Amino acid sequence: MRLRWGSNAPSPSAPFVSVCFRNSPHGSKFQKQADFSKEVRVVSDTSVILIVEDREDDILLMRRAFERASVTNPIQIVRDGEEAIAYLIGEGQYANRDEYPLPNLVLLDLKLPRKDGFEVLSWIRSQPGIRALPVVVLTSSNQIQDVNRAYQLGANSFFVKELDFQGTVDLSKLLQTYWLKKTLTPEASRPERKPRAS
Amino acid sequence: MNDGATILLAEDREDDVILVQKAFEKGGIRNPLFVVRDGQEAIDYLTGVFPFSDRDRFPVPSLLLLDLKMPRVDGFDVLRWLRTQPNLAPLRVVVLTSSQDIRDVSKAYQLGANSFLVKPLDFHNTVAMVETITDYWLRMNLAADASAVGQ
Repeated sequence: MRLRWGSNAPSPSAPFVSVCFRNSPHGSKFQKQADFSKEVRVVSDTSVILIVEDREDDILLMRRAFERASVTNPIQIVRDGEEAIAYLIGEGQYANRDEYPLPNLVLLDLKLPRKDGFEVLSWIRSQPGIRALPVVVLTSSNQIQDVNRAYQLGANSFFVKELDFQGTVDLSKLLQTYWLKKTLTPEASRPERKPRAS
Repeated sequence: MNDGATILLAEDREDDVILVQKAFEKGGIRNPLFVVRDGQEAIDYLTGVFPFSDRDRFPVPSLLLLDLKMPRVDGFDVLRWLRTQPNLAPLRVVVLTSSQDIRDVSKAYQLGANSFLVKPLDFHNTVAMVETITDYWLRMNLAADASAVGQ
C-alpha cells in the first residue's frame, strides 16, 4: 500500500513507516546500521527540530500533529526570521545551549516577518558551522517561483503545508522518518556572532 | 511527478548496481533507472554528450543517486560540478554510499546534496530504502521546475 499525497487523497489506514518495512518485520535493521557506527552522529528521538513559523494556528496544528504522529523529538519554535537567526547563533535568550540546542532539522516557512524564509535560508547557507543543516521548506505557497528560489538558495526539500489535520500528521511522520531516522545529517556547530556594524 | 521520472544511479561497484536494480524490481518501482559507472560518465549523461546525446533514449533525470567513492571523478567532484550548472538546479541529489564517515556527510551537504543515505547491507533493506527514496523525492517532495529556472 502506497501513501497517496495531497489534500484530496483518502487517509491511509496505516502509517508511512509500516509501508516501507512490510518486508522486514521489525524494520529496525535499517536504523541499526546507522546506530552501530561510532563515526556517524546517532540520530534518535533526541534529535531537535527547529520550526520557523509565525502563524499561531499553524504552530498549534503542527504541535498536535507531531503528538498524534508520535513524534517525540524536542521541538523548538521561533516566530520570525530574526529570531531564527538569533536562535542559531545563540544570541540573547538563546545563549543557553542546553535549553536551546542546535537543531538537526529545520522546518522553515517562507512568509515570515522580520526577514523571510529566503533570507533565513541564505543566511544559514553562508555560515560555516551550520551551512550543511538540512532545511525543509514547509510553506503555504505552491508558487513554482518560490519552489525554484528555495532550491536555488539551498533548501534540501520543499513541502506545501497540508490543509487538514490527518495530512499534517502524515507529513510529520514522513519528515521524522526520512530526516531523522533514514538520512544521515551533518554535524553542526554554532555560528559565530557577527559583530554589528556601528 | 509520476512513474515517468527518470532516476540516474552513479555507482562503480557492479554488486551494488545489481542490488539496486533488483531492489527496484522487487519494490515494483517502474521509474526508468539508468546507471553510470563513475563521475565522468555521470557528468556526460547530465550534459547529454556522446553516448548520451539522444534524450529520448537517455532522458534528463529528476533524481540522482550518487555514490561518493568512484574512480576518475568521484561523488564530491560531481556535486561541485553540479553547482556550476544552473540548468540542473532542479535535480535532486541523494548521496547513497557505503561511507559512514561524518566528515563525508558534512562535506556532501555543504556541496549541495539534498540528502545522504548509507547503503544497507542486505536486500530487504535495500528494497525498503529505494521505496523510501522514490516515494519521498519523486512522489511527495515538491520539485523545482526546470523550465522555470532563472525566473
